[in-house]
Amino acid sequence: MSTDVKNQQFIVSVSPHVRDEESIARIMWTVNFSLLPAFIMAVYYFGPKAVYVTGLCILTAVLSERIFQKGMNKKVTSTDGSAFLTGLLLGMNLPPNVPFYIPIVGSFVAIIITKMLFGGLGYNIFNPALIGRAFLLLTWPKLMTKWHEPTAQFLGLDAKTTATPLGILKEEGLTKLIEHFGDKASLYKSLLFGSTAGSLGETSAIALLIGAAILFYKKYITWHIPFSFLATVALTAWIFGGKGGLFTGDPVIHLLSGGMMLGAFFMATDYVTCPTIRKGQIIFGIGCGAITMLIRLKGGFPEGVMFAILLMNCFAPLIDRNVKPKQFGAVKEKKK
Amino acid sequence: MAHTHKSNWELIKNGMFSENTIFRMAISLCPSIAVTNSLKNGFFMGVSVIFVQTMVNLTVSLIRNFINPKIRIPIFMMVIAGYVSLIDMSMAAFARPVYKQIGLYVQLIVAFASIFARAEVFAVKNKIIPSVADGLGMGIGFFLAMIVISFFRELLGKGALWGFPIVSGNPLLIMILPAGGFFAVGILMGFFNWVDMKMAARKASAETTG
Repeated sequence: MSTDVKNQQFIVSVSPHVRDEESIARIMWTVNFSLLPAFIMAVYYFGPKAVYVTGLCILTAVLSERIFQKGMNKKVTSTDGSAFLTGLLLGMNLPPNVPFYIPIVGSFVAIIITKMLFGGLGYNIFNPALIGRAFLLLTWPKLMTKWHEPTAQFLGLDAKTTATPLGILKEEGLTKLIEHFGDKASLYKSLLFGSTAGSLGETSAIALLIGAAILFYKKYITWHIPFSFLATVALTAWIFGGKGGLFTGDPVIHLLSGGMMLGAFFMATDYVTCPTIRKGQIIFGIGCGAITMLIRLKGGFPEGVMFAILLMNCFAPLIDRNVKPKQFGAVKEKKK
Repeated sequence: MAHTHKSNWELIKNGMFSENTIFRMAISLCPSIAVTNSLKNGFFMGVSVIFVQTMVNLTVSLIRNFINPKIRIPIFMMVIAGYVSLIDMSMAAFARPVYKQIGLYVQLIVAFASIFARAEVFAVKNKIIPSVADGLGMGIGFFLAMIVISFFRELLGKGALWGFPIVSGNPLLIMILPAGGFFAVGILMGFFNWVDMKMAARKASAETTG
Protein backbone atom coordinates (compact mmCIF):
# COMPACT_ATOMS: atom_id res chain seq x y z
CA MET A 1 0.00 0.00 0.00
CA SER A 2 2.61 2.48 0.98
CA THR A 3 4.68 1.79 -2.13
CA ASP A 4 1.58 2.29 -4.28
CA VAL A 5 1.07 5.78 -2.96
CA LYS A 6 4.71 6.55 -3.42
CA ASN A 7 4.66 5.53 -7.08
CA GLN A 8 1.43 7.21 -7.95
CA GLN A 9 1.77 10.62 -9.53
CA PHE A 10 -0.61 13.22 -8.26
CA ILE A 11 -1.28 16.26 -10.36
CA VAL A 12 -1.49 19.37 -8.26
CA SER A 13 -2.82 22.49 -9.91
CA VAL A 14 -4.50 25.73 -8.94
CA SER A 15 -8.10 26.50 -9.80
CA PRO A 16 -10.01 26.67 -12.14
CA HIS A 17 -10.37 22.91 -12.52
CA VAL A 18 -13.49 22.79 -14.60
CA ARG A 19 -13.31 24.62 -17.90
CA ASP A 20 -16.03 25.74 -20.26
CA GLU A 21 -16.07 25.33 -23.99
CA GLU A 22 -15.79 29.10 -24.44
CA SER A 23 -12.57 30.58 -25.68
CA ILE A 24 -11.44 33.97 -26.94
CA ALA A 25 -11.57 32.75 -30.53
CA ARG A 26 -15.08 31.38 -30.13
CA ILE A 27 -16.43 34.58 -28.57
CA MET A 28 -14.73 36.77 -31.16
CA TRP A 29 -15.99 34.77 -34.12
CA THR A 30 -19.52 34.80 -32.68
CA VAL A 31 -19.36 38.59 -32.36
CA ASN A 32 -18.13 38.75 -35.94
CA PHE A 33 -21.03 36.58 -36.98
CA SER A 34 -23.50 38.76 -35.09
CA LEU A 35 -22.38 41.73 -37.19
CA LEU A 36 -23.35 39.85 -40.34
CA PRO A 37 -26.92 41.26 -40.57
CA ALA A 38 -25.60 44.81 -40.39
CA PHE A 39 -22.97 43.97 -42.99
CA ILE A 40 -25.60 42.53 -45.32
CA MET A 41 -27.63 45.72 -44.97
CA ALA A 42 -24.50 47.75 -45.70
CA VAL A 43 -23.94 45.80 -48.91
CA TYR A 44 -27.61 46.13 -49.79
CA TYR A 45 -27.61 49.91 -49.38
CA PHE A 46 -24.09 50.89 -50.41
CA GLY A 47 -23.16 48.19 -52.91
CA PRO A 48 -19.75 46.66 -53.59
CA LYS A 49 -18.02 49.64 -51.98
CA ALA A 50 -19.06 48.25 -48.60
CA VAL A 51 -17.31 44.94 -49.28
CA TYR A 52 -14.27 46.75 -50.63
CA VAL A 53 -13.82 49.14 -47.66
CA THR A 54 -14.59 46.56 -44.97
CA GLY A 55 -12.47 43.91 -46.64
CA LEU A 56 -9.51 46.25 -46.87
CA CYS A 57 -9.89 47.08 -43.16
CA ILE A 58 -10.04 43.43 -42.12
CA LEU A 59 -7.14 42.42 -44.35
CA THR A 60 -4.89 45.18 -43.03
CA ALA A 61 -5.87 44.51 -39.42
CA VAL A 62 -5.17 40.78 -39.55
CA LEU A 63 -1.99 41.16 -41.60
CA SER A 64 -0.51 43.90 -39.44
CA GLU A 65 -1.18 41.91 -36.27
CA ARG A 66 0.45 38.86 -37.83
CA ILE A 67 3.50 40.74 -39.08
CA PHE A 68 3.97 42.54 -35.75
CA GLN A 69 3.75 39.33 -33.73
CA LYS A 70 6.08 37.49 -36.10
CA GLY A 71 8.56 40.36 -36.06
CA MET A 72 8.52 40.64 -32.27
CA ASN A 73 8.83 36.85 -31.80
CA LYS A 74 5.48 36.72 -30.01
CA LYS A 75 2.86 34.04 -30.21
CA VAL A 76 0.87 34.64 -33.40
CA THR A 77 -2.79 35.08 -32.49
CA SER A 78 -4.04 36.78 -35.62
CA THR A 79 -6.54 34.00 -36.34
CA ASP A 80 -8.45 34.30 -33.06
CA GLY A 81 -10.89 36.73 -34.63
CA SER A 82 -10.08 39.78 -32.52
CA ALA A 83 -8.08 41.52 -35.25
CA PHE A 84 -10.80 40.50 -37.69
CA LEU A 85 -13.38 42.09 -35.38
CA THR A 86 -11.39 45.30 -35.07
CA GLY A 87 -11.13 45.53 -38.83
CA LEU A 88 -14.80 44.75 -39.31
CA LEU A 89 -15.90 47.35 -36.75
CA LEU A 90 -13.61 49.96 -38.23
CA GLY A 91 -14.92 49.24 -41.72
CA MET A 92 -18.48 49.62 -40.52
CA ASN A 93 -17.54 53.00 -39.03
CA LEU A 94 -16.21 54.46 -42.26
CA PRO A 95 -18.14 56.40 -44.90
CA PRO A 96 -18.80 54.35 -48.05
CA ASN A 97 -16.77 56.44 -50.44
CA VAL A 98 -13.25 56.65 -49.04
CA PRO A 99 -9.95 56.36 -50.91
CA PHE A 100 -8.07 53.10 -50.44
CA TYR A 101 -5.47 54.44 -48.00
CA ILE A 102 -8.02 55.42 -45.36
CA PRO A 103 -8.98 51.87 -44.34
CA ILE A 104 -5.32 50.81 -44.45
CA VAL A 105 -4.03 53.65 -42.25
CA GLY A 106 -6.99 53.31 -39.87
CA SER A 107 -6.50 49.58 -39.38
CA PHE A 108 -2.78 50.05 -38.93
CA VAL A 109 -3.28 52.67 -36.19
CA ALA A 110 -5.98 50.55 -34.55
CA ILE A 111 -3.94 47.35 -34.41
CA ILE A 112 -0.34 48.50 -34.08
CA ILE A 113 -0.55 51.72 -32.06
CA THR A 114 -3.66 51.10 -29.98
CA LYS A 115 -3.40 47.37 -29.40
CA MET A 116 0.00 45.83 -30.04
CA LEU A 117 2.17 48.64 -28.62
CA PHE A 118 0.19 48.45 -25.39
CA GLY A 119 0.81 44.71 -25.10
CA GLY A 120 -1.73 43.02 -27.35
CA LEU A 121 -5.24 41.72 -26.76
CA GLY A 122 -6.42 42.39 -23.23
CA TYR A 123 -3.96 45.17 -22.48
CA ASN A 124 -5.27 48.00 -24.66
CA ILE A 125 -6.68 51.00 -22.81
CA PHE A 126 -8.88 52.17 -25.68
CA ASN A 127 -11.15 50.44 -28.13
CA PRO A 128 -8.82 49.88 -31.13
CA ALA A 129 -11.45 50.36 -33.85
CA LEU A 130 -12.59 53.65 -32.33
CA ILE A 131 -9.05 55.01 -31.99
CA GLY A 132 -8.53 54.05 -35.62
CA ARG A 133 -11.61 56.02 -36.58
CA ALA A 134 -10.78 58.99 -34.36
CA PHE A 135 -7.32 59.13 -35.94
CA LEU A 136 -8.85 59.12 -39.42
CA LEU A 137 -11.49 61.72 -38.54
CA LEU A 138 -8.87 64.13 -37.20
CA THR A 139 -6.45 63.38 -40.00
CA TRP A 140 -8.71 63.65 -43.02
CA PRO A 141 -11.80 65.50 -41.72
CA LYS A 142 -13.09 66.31 -45.22
CA LEU A 143 -12.87 62.78 -46.61
CA MET A 144 -14.23 61.24 -43.44
CA THR A 145 -17.40 63.33 -43.47
CA LYS A 146 -18.29 62.94 -47.14
CA TRP A 147 -21.49 60.94 -46.94
CA HIS A 148 -23.68 59.91 -49.81
CA GLU A 149 -27.17 58.65 -50.44
CA PRO A 150 -27.66 54.94 -49.74
CA THR A 151 -28.02 53.96 -53.37
CA ALA A 152 -26.30 50.69 -54.21
CA GLN A 153 -23.34 52.12 -56.00
CA PHE A 154 -21.00 50.36 -58.36
CA LEU A 155 -17.32 51.07 -58.72
CA GLY A 156 -16.59 54.22 -60.62
CA LEU A 157 -20.07 55.62 -60.35
CA ASP A 158 -20.52 58.73 -58.24
CA ALA A 159 -23.48 58.80 -55.93
CA LYS A 160 -25.26 61.93 -54.77
CA THR A 161 -23.58 63.33 -51.69
CA THR A 162 -25.76 64.37 -48.78
CA ALA A 163 -25.61 64.96 -45.03
CA THR A 164 -26.36 62.39 -42.35
CA PRO A 165 -29.63 62.74 -40.43
CA LEU A 166 -27.69 64.01 -37.42
CA GLY A 167 -25.84 66.46 -39.65
CA ILE A 168 -29.13 67.86 -40.97
CA LEU A 169 -30.52 67.96 -37.42
CA LYS A 170 -27.48 69.92 -36.26
CA GLU A 171 -27.26 72.36 -39.16
CA GLU A 172 -30.88 72.91 -40.14
CA GLY A 173 -33.06 71.63 -37.34
CA LEU A 174 -35.77 69.05 -36.84
CA THR A 175 -38.39 70.43 -39.22
CA LYS A 176 -35.93 70.38 -42.13
CA LEU A 177 -34.99 66.80 -41.24
CA ILE A 178 -38.60 65.64 -41.30
CA GLU A 179 -39.14 67.53 -44.60
CA HIS A 180 -36.13 65.73 -46.06
CA PHE A 181 -37.75 62.34 -45.46
CA GLY A 182 -41.36 63.32 -46.15
CA ASP A 183 -43.04 62.82 -42.81
CA LYS A 184 -42.12 61.66 -39.34
CA ALA A 185 -43.17 58.03 -39.85
CA SER A 186 -41.01 57.57 -42.93
CA LEU A 187 -38.11 59.23 -41.12
CA TYR A 188 -38.38 56.66 -38.32
CA LYS A 189 -38.69 53.89 -40.88
CA SER A 190 -35.60 55.00 -42.78
CA LEU A 191 -33.63 55.22 -39.55
CA LEU A 192 -34.80 51.80 -38.45
CA PHE A 193 -34.00 49.99 -41.68
CA GLY A 194 -30.99 52.07 -42.59
CA SER A 195 -31.86 53.84 -45.82
CA THR A 196 -30.09 57.01 -44.68
CA ALA A 197 -26.67 58.43 -45.29
CA GLY A 198 -24.02 57.44 -42.80
CA SER A 199 -21.19 55.08 -42.05
CA LEU A 200 -21.44 51.67 -43.67
CA GLY A 201 -22.62 49.53 -40.79
CA GLU A 202 -24.27 52.03 -38.50
CA THR A 203 -27.35 53.08 -40.45
CA SER A 204 -29.55 50.02 -40.04
CA ALA A 205 -30.74 49.93 -36.43
CA ILE A 206 -32.78 46.78 -36.87
CA ALA A 207 -29.91 44.70 -38.27
CA LEU A 208 -27.72 45.79 -35.40
CA LEU A 209 -30.46 44.87 -32.91
CA ILE A 210 -30.66 41.38 -34.42
CA GLY A 211 -26.90 41.06 -33.92
CA ALA A 212 -27.21 42.33 -30.36
CA ALA A 213 -29.93 39.75 -29.70
CA ILE A 214 -27.48 36.99 -30.64
CA LEU A 215 -24.95 38.40 -28.18
CA PHE A 216 -27.59 38.59 -25.43
CA TYR A 217 -28.72 35.03 -26.17
CA LYS A 218 -25.15 33.75 -25.91
CA LYS A 219 -24.73 35.88 -22.73
CA TYR A 220 -21.65 37.56 -24.21
CA ILE A 221 -22.91 40.96 -23.20
CA THR A 222 -25.16 42.00 -20.33
CA TRP A 223 -27.79 44.70 -20.30
CA HIS A 224 -25.85 47.01 -18.00
CA ILE A 225 -23.78 49.05 -20.45
CA PRO A 226 -26.08 49.21 -23.51
CA PHE A 227 -29.24 49.98 -21.61
CA SER A 228 -27.81 52.56 -19.27
CA PHE A 229 -26.18 54.13 -22.35
CA LEU A 230 -29.38 54.19 -24.39
CA ALA A 231 -31.57 55.23 -21.45
CA THR A 232 -29.33 58.18 -20.68
CA VAL A 233 -29.37 59.27 -24.31
CA ALA A 234 -33.16 58.92 -24.55
CA LEU A 235 -33.73 60.82 -21.32
CA THR A 236 -31.31 63.60 -22.18
CA ALA A 237 -32.73 63.91 -25.69
CA TRP A 238 -36.27 64.08 -24.32
CA ILE A 239 -35.44 66.69 -21.68
CA PHE A 240 -32.93 68.92 -23.46
CA GLY A 241 -33.22 67.99 -27.15
CA GLY A 242 -36.25 70.08 -28.06
CA LYS A 243 -36.33 73.62 -29.36
CA GLY A 244 -39.50 74.51 -27.46
CA GLY A 245 -38.05 74.24 -23.96
CA LEU A 246 -37.62 71.30 -21.61
CA PHE A 247 -39.26 67.90 -22.19
CA THR A 248 -40.03 68.52 -25.87
CA GLY A 249 -37.14 66.63 -27.50
CA ASP A 250 -37.51 63.59 -29.75
CA PRO A 251 -35.63 60.67 -28.18
CA VAL A 252 -36.38 58.23 -31.05
CA ILE A 253 -34.31 60.15 -33.60
CA HIS A 254 -31.33 60.30 -31.26
CA LEU A 255 -31.60 56.62 -30.40
CA LEU A 256 -31.83 55.35 -33.96
CA SER A 257 -29.45 57.71 -35.76
CA GLY A 258 -25.70 57.88 -35.99
CA GLY A 259 -23.53 55.23 -34.42
CA MET A 260 -25.74 54.82 -31.38
CA MET A 261 -26.77 51.18 -31.84
CA LEU A 262 -23.38 50.06 -33.11
CA GLY A 263 -21.65 51.94 -30.30
CA ALA A 264 -23.90 50.87 -27.47
CA PHE A 265 -24.06 47.16 -28.27
CA PHE A 266 -20.77 46.40 -29.99
CA MET A 267 -18.21 49.04 -29.02
CA ALA A 268 -18.95 50.15 -25.47
CA THR A 269 -19.30 46.52 -24.38
CA ASP A 270 -15.76 45.58 -25.43
CA TYR A 271 -14.54 43.41 -22.55
CA VAL A 272 -11.10 44.92 -22.34
CA THR A 273 -11.99 48.59 -22.20
CA CYS A 274 -15.09 48.70 -20.01
CA PRO A 275 -15.37 48.26 -16.23
CA THR A 276 -15.72 44.67 -15.03
CA ILE A 277 -18.07 45.28 -12.10
CA ARG A 278 -21.80 45.55 -12.89
CA LYS A 279 -22.34 48.74 -10.91
CA GLY A 280 -19.35 50.26 -12.64
CA GLN A 281 -20.73 49.24 -16.03
CA ILE A 282 -23.91 51.18 -15.32
CA ILE A 283 -21.87 54.27 -14.42
CA PHE A 284 -19.84 53.71 -17.60
CA GLY A 285 -23.01 53.55 -19.72
CA ILE A 286 -24.46 56.68 -18.15
CA GLY A 287 -21.19 58.52 -18.76
CA CYS A 288 -21.14 57.43 -22.41
CA GLY A 289 -24.73 58.60 -22.90
CA ALA A 290 -24.20 61.94 -21.21
CA ILE A 291 -21.05 62.78 -23.19
CA THR A 292 -22.68 61.64 -26.44
CA MET A 293 -25.62 63.97 -25.93
CA LEU A 294 -23.38 66.80 -24.77
CA ILE A 295 -21.46 66.57 -28.05
CA ARG A 296 -24.58 66.10 -30.17
CA LEU A 297 -26.48 69.02 -28.66
CA LYS A 298 -23.73 71.47 -27.76
CA GLY A 299 -20.52 70.32 -29.43
CA GLY A 300 -18.99 71.06 -32.81
CA PHE A 301 -19.42 67.54 -34.22
CA PRO A 302 -22.87 66.24 -35.20
CA GLU A 303 -22.06 62.80 -33.75
CA GLY A 304 -20.46 62.07 -30.39
CA VAL A 305 -20.72 58.31 -29.75
CA MET A 306 -17.11 57.66 -30.70
CA PHE A 307 -15.58 60.36 -28.50
CA ALA A 308 -17.94 59.50 -25.64
CA ILE A 309 -16.88 55.85 -25.58
CA LEU A 310 -13.19 56.74 -25.90
CA LEU A 311 -13.44 59.26 -23.06
CA MET A 312 -15.19 56.76 -20.82
CA ASN A 313 -12.55 54.14 -21.72
CA CYS A 314 -10.08 56.37 -19.87
CA PHE A 315 -12.29 56.28 -16.80
CA ALA A 316 -12.89 52.52 -16.78
CA PRO A 317 -10.04 51.66 -14.35
CA LEU A 318 -11.00 54.57 -12.10
CA ILE A 319 -14.64 53.45 -12.02
CA ASP A 320 -13.62 49.87 -11.27
CA ARG A 321 -11.48 50.99 -8.36
CA ASN A 322 -14.24 53.00 -6.77
CA VAL A 323 -17.13 50.53 -7.03
CA LYS A 324 -15.20 47.56 -5.69
CA PRO A 325 -17.70 45.54 -3.66
CA LYS A 326 -17.06 44.93 0.04
CA GLN A 327 -15.35 41.64 0.74
CA PHE A 328 -17.57 39.08 2.43
CA GLY A 329 -17.25 39.47 6.19
CA ALA A 330 -15.03 42.52 5.98
CA VAL A 331 -15.66 45.37 8.36
CA LYS A 332 -15.93 48.83 6.89
CA GLU A 333 -12.92 50.92 7.69
CA LYS A 334 -13.65 53.86 9.93
CA LYS A 335 -12.81 57.26 8.58
CA LYS A 336 -10.24 59.05 10.66
CA MET B 1 30.56 69.40 -2.91
CA ALA B 2 30.46 66.78 -5.59
CA HIS B 3 32.64 67.90 -8.42
CA THR B 4 32.31 66.18 -11.71
CA HIS B 5 35.16 64.05 -13.01
CA LYS B 6 34.01 63.94 -16.58
CA SER B 7 35.76 65.79 -19.36
CA ASN B 8 33.99 68.67 -21.05
CA TRP B 9 33.32 66.67 -24.19
CA GLU B 10 31.80 63.88 -22.12
CA LEU B 11 29.56 66.41 -20.43
CA ILE B 12 28.30 67.74 -23.75
CA LYS B 13 27.68 64.23 -25.05
CA ASN B 14 25.93 63.33 -21.81
CA GLY B 15 23.39 66.11 -22.29
CA MET B 16 22.92 65.32 -25.94
CA PHE B 17 22.34 61.58 -25.69
CA SER B 18 22.44 59.64 -22.43
CA GLU B 19 20.56 62.30 -20.44
CA ASN B 20 18.58 63.86 -23.26
CA THR B 21 15.97 66.13 -21.72
CA ILE B 22 13.03 64.84 -23.71
CA PHE B 23 13.79 61.30 -24.84
CA ARG B 24 15.63 60.18 -21.70
CA MET B 25 14.53 62.29 -18.74
CA ALA B 26 11.04 62.93 -20.16
CA ILE B 27 10.94 66.45 -18.69
CA SER B 28 9.95 69.71 -20.41
CA LEU B 29 7.50 67.76 -22.54
CA CYS B 30 5.03 70.67 -22.73
CA PRO B 31 7.02 72.67 -25.33
CA SER B 32 8.02 69.49 -27.14
CA ILE B 33 4.35 69.00 -27.95
CA ALA B 34 3.16 72.60 -28.17
CA VAL B 35 5.71 74.23 -30.47
CA THR B 36 6.94 71.36 -32.63
CA ASN B 37 4.23 71.61 -35.25
CA SER B 38 6.67 73.17 -37.68
CA LEU B 39 10.41 72.90 -38.13
CA LYS B 40 10.85 76.66 -37.88
CA ASN B 41 9.13 76.90 -34.50
CA GLY B 42 11.06 73.92 -33.19
CA PHE B 43 14.34 75.42 -34.38
CA PHE B 44 13.80 78.80 -32.72
CA MET B 45 12.61 77.19 -29.50
CA GLY B 46 15.67 74.95 -29.45
CA VAL B 47 18.02 77.87 -30.04
CA SER B 48 16.38 79.86 -27.22
CA VAL B 49 16.80 76.97 -24.84
CA ILE B 50 20.48 76.44 -25.77
CA PHE B 51 21.11 80.12 -25.01
CA VAL B 52 19.18 80.21 -21.73
CA GLN B 53 20.53 76.89 -20.47
CA THR B 54 24.17 77.79 -21.16
CA MET B 55 23.95 81.30 -19.74
CA VAL B 56 22.07 80.19 -16.63
CA ASN B 57 24.65 77.50 -15.92
CA LEU B 58 27.45 80.02 -16.45
CA THR B 59 25.92 82.63 -14.14
CA VAL B 60 24.90 80.22 -11.41
CA SER B 61 28.36 78.67 -11.47
CA LEU B 62 29.94 82.11 -11.23
CA ILE B 63 27.99 83.13 -8.16
CA ARG B 64 27.79 79.65 -6.59
CA ASN B 65 29.96 80.61 -3.60
CA PHE B 66 27.75 83.56 -2.69
CA ILE B 67 24.38 81.77 -2.81
CA ASN B 68 22.88 80.97 0.55
CA PRO B 69 21.41 77.46 0.11
CA LYS B 70 18.23 78.53 1.88
CA ILE B 71 17.29 81.03 -0.81
CA ARG B 72 18.86 79.33 -3.83
CA ILE B 73 15.54 78.68 -5.58
CA PRO B 74 14.49 82.36 -5.85
CA ILE B 75 18.01 83.22 -6.97
CA PHE B 76 17.94 80.62 -9.76
CA MET B 77 14.51 81.86 -10.69
CA MET B 78 15.72 85.45 -11.09
CA VAL B 79 18.75 84.41 -13.11
CA ILE B 80 16.60 82.29 -15.43
CA ALA B 81 13.95 85.02 -15.73
CA GLY B 82 16.62 87.55 -16.66
CA TYR B 83 17.90 85.50 -19.56
CA VAL B 84 14.43 84.52 -20.68
CA SER B 85 13.42 88.20 -20.82
CA LEU B 86 16.51 88.87 -22.89
CA ILE B 87 15.70 86.20 -25.48
CA ASP B 88 12.00 87.05 -25.37
CA MET B 89 12.63 90.70 -26.20
CA SER B 90 15.22 89.97 -28.87
CA MET B 91 12.93 87.48 -30.55
CA ALA B 92 10.06 89.97 -30.43
CA ALA B 93 12.31 92.52 -32.09
CA PHE B 94 14.07 90.43 -34.74
CA ALA B 95 11.88 87.40 -35.47
CA ARG B 96 8.40 88.84 -35.33
CA PRO B 97 6.40 86.18 -37.25
CA VAL B 98 7.88 83.28 -35.28
CA TYR B 99 7.46 85.16 -32.03
CA LYS B 100 3.76 85.56 -32.71
CA GLN B 101 3.40 81.78 -32.76
CA ILE B 102 5.73 80.62 -30.02
CA GLY B 103 6.07 83.77 -27.90
CA LEU B 104 4.07 82.37 -25.02
CA TYR B 105 6.23 79.27 -24.86
CA VAL B 106 9.42 81.29 -25.00
CA GLN B 107 8.27 83.09 -21.87
CA LEU B 108 7.46 79.73 -20.34
CA ILE B 109 11.13 78.74 -20.53
CA VAL B 110 11.27 80.33 -17.05
CA ALA B 111 9.43 77.34 -15.69
CA PHE B 112 11.28 74.62 -17.57
CA ALA B 113 12.16 71.73 -15.32
CA SER B 114 15.27 70.94 -17.33
CA ILE B 115 16.90 74.36 -16.88
CA PHE B 116 16.09 74.49 -13.20
CA ALA B 117 17.30 70.95 -12.67
CA ARG B 118 20.70 71.58 -14.27
CA ALA B 119 21.22 74.71 -12.19
CA GLU B 120 20.34 72.81 -9.03
CA VAL B 121 22.17 69.51 -9.59
CA PHE B 122 25.12 70.69 -11.65
CA ALA B 123 25.99 74.35 -12.00
CA VAL B 124 25.75 75.23 -8.33
CA LYS B 125 28.30 72.51 -7.48
CA ASN B 126 30.80 72.83 -10.31
CA LYS B 127 33.36 75.18 -11.79
CA ILE B 128 32.57 77.47 -14.68
CA ILE B 129 33.93 75.54 -17.66
CA PRO B 130 32.26 72.19 -16.85
CA SER B 131 29.02 74.06 -16.08
CA VAL B 132 29.04 75.77 -19.45
CA ALA B 133 29.78 72.42 -21.13
CA ASP B 134 26.93 70.80 -19.28
CA GLY B 135 24.52 73.60 -20.16
CA LEU B 136 25.60 73.50 -23.78
CA GLY B 137 25.13 69.73 -23.92
CA MET B 138 21.70 69.86 -22.32
CA GLY B 139 20.64 72.70 -24.60
CA ILE B 140 21.87 70.93 -27.73
CA GLY B 141 20.13 67.75 -26.60
CA PHE B 142 16.86 69.65 -26.28
CA PHE B 143 17.49 71.37 -29.61
CA LEU B 144 18.09 68.05 -31.40
CA ALA B 145 14.95 66.56 -29.88
CA MET B 146 12.89 69.55 -31.04
CA ILE B 147 14.35 69.31 -34.54
CA VAL B 148 13.64 65.59 -34.84
CA ILE B 149 10.07 65.88 -33.53
CA SER B 150 9.17 68.95 -35.55
CA PHE B 151 10.79 67.50 -38.70
CA PHE B 152 8.48 64.50 -38.63
CA ARG B 153 5.43 66.46 -37.54
CA GLU B 154 5.71 69.12 -40.24
CA LEU B 155 6.61 66.60 -42.93
CA LEU B 156 3.72 64.28 -42.10
CA GLY B 157 1.21 66.92 -41.04
CA LYS B 158 1.68 69.52 -43.76
CA GLY B 159 3.87 67.78 -46.31
CA ALA B 160 6.28 70.67 -45.94
CA LEU B 161 9.57 71.59 -44.29
CA TRP B 162 10.41 75.08 -42.97
CA GLY B 163 7.27 76.25 -44.69
CA PHE B 164 8.22 74.96 -48.16
CA PRO B 165 5.91 72.30 -49.57
CA ILE B 166 7.72 69.04 -50.31
CA VAL B 167 5.10 66.39 -50.98
CA SER B 168 1.64 67.01 -52.33
CA GLY B 169 -1.51 65.05 -51.57
CA ASN B 170 -3.51 64.63 -48.42
CA PRO B 171 -1.18 65.02 -45.45
CA LEU B 172 -1.89 63.49 -42.04
CA LEU B 173 -3.51 66.57 -40.49
CA ILE B 174 -3.50 64.97 -37.05
CA MET B 175 0.28 65.26 -36.83
CA ILE B 176 0.18 69.05 -36.46
CA LEU B 177 -2.63 68.86 -33.88
CA PRO B 178 -1.70 68.34 -30.21
CA ALA B 179 -2.69 64.66 -30.43
CA GLY B 180 -0.07 64.15 -33.12
CA GLY B 181 2.53 65.66 -30.81
CA PHE B 182 1.89 62.90 -28.31
CA PHE B 183 2.08 60.30 -31.07
CA ALA B 184 5.38 61.70 -32.35
CA VAL B 185 7.04 62.05 -28.94
CA GLY B 186 5.85 58.62 -27.78
CA ILE B 187 6.89 56.76 -30.89
CA LEU B 188 10.27 58.52 -31.12
CA MET B 189 10.92 57.86 -27.42
CA GLY B 190 10.13 54.20 -27.97
CA PHE B 191 12.38 54.13 -31.02
CA PHE B 192 15.34 55.63 -29.16
CA ASN B 193 14.84 53.21 -26.26
CA TRP B 194 14.88 50.37 -28.75
CA VAL B 195 18.10 51.66 -30.35
CA ASP B 196 19.61 51.94 -26.88
CA MET B 197 18.66 48.37 -26.02
CA LYS B 198 20.18 47.09 -29.26
CA MET B 199 23.40 49.02 -28.62
CA ALA B 200 23.61 47.79 -25.02
CA ALA B 201 23.05 44.21 -26.17
CA ARG B 202 25.77 44.52 -28.80
CA LYS B 203 28.16 45.97 -26.23
CA ALA B 204 27.43 43.16 -23.80
CA SER B 205 27.92 40.43 -26.41
CA ALA B 206 31.15 42.08 -27.58
CA GLU B 207 32.43 42.06 -24.01
CA THR B 208 31.60 38.41 -23.40
CA THR B 209 33.09 37.19 -26.66
CA GLY B 210 36.09 39.51 -26.63
